[in-house]
Amino acid sequence: MRHLLPHPLLSLTLTLLWLLLVNQLSAGHVVLGALLGWLIPFATSAFWLEQVRIRHPLTLLHYFGILILDIVHGSFHVAYLILRGPARLRPVFVEVPLALKTHLAISLLANTISLTPGTVSVLLSGDRRSLIVHALDTGDSDALVGKIKQRYEAPLKWIFEEGSD
Amino acid sequence: MIDLLLSLLILAGAMFTFIGSLGLARLRDFYTRLHGPTKATTLGVGCLLVASAVFFSVREEGISLHEVLVSLFLFITAPVSAHLLAKAALHLKLKSLAPTPAPDSDSPSNPALERDRAD
Repeated sequence: MRHLLPHPLLSLTLTLLWLLLVNQLSAGHVVLGALLGWLIPFATSAFWLEQVRIRHPLTLLHYFGILILDIVHGSFHVAYLILRGPARLRPVFVEVPLALKTHLAISLLANTISLTPGTVSVLLSGDRRSLIVHALDTGDSDALVGKIKQRYEAPLKWIFEEGSD
Repeated sequence: MIDLLLSLLILAGAMFTFIGSLGLARLRDFYTRLHGPTKATTLGVGCLLVASAVFFSVREEGISLHEVLVSLFLFITAPVSAHLLAKAALHLKLKSLAPTPAPDSDSPSNPALERDRAD
């Protein structure tokens, strides 16, 4: 089973992507999509070192919901900061210690930080234990780190790594 | 009615994209400038994509889902390019308003940072 279908989640995602790309749902395209979804993981297996397991799919949906709300809310805030002028910004670099271990969870966290307005992930340390983040305007660095850890990292840990240590 | 909604979405999208670009012109160092185009434009492009999806779903047969794909790829690629730009900037020691993380004040076990700084 593992040899025939090394990455079931990736296969499913690729099939869905193909259907979105052709923008129609016909039997032929489902078969073609499934075939592509089955073959492409073999061709790209060098990039997929670890098996991806989503332990709590519903929490993942909830996480994406929070993320979209935060993007909308944060965009208004950043727009306000830009219009108010650059003189009163308090940019700062903060270091977020990571509790996450898997590659996918760390990249998702870094992407989340960059997507949510006001913060950009800058550098992942060589031992993958901490992530340097640049914040556009922060009075309290510790509160920012706490917010990132509690709001984004904790759910990701729960979704991808809970009980895997 | 639907036209009104579409106009509002497009106007909002254009405005956020504009403010993002304004940030690119107004802000003072590379790192803060990076926030403008990666952030305000996320919502700007998002509004435009929603408008596009609604327009083509209403005007043509069936719903249009290409926009989902566009936003998916945008959400995957935009943060990665921002991350790489910022990483390169740190490596080149560009002028920064915020004190850049020093190799010593960091956790001692931070070989990547020290390697980057050693050059």
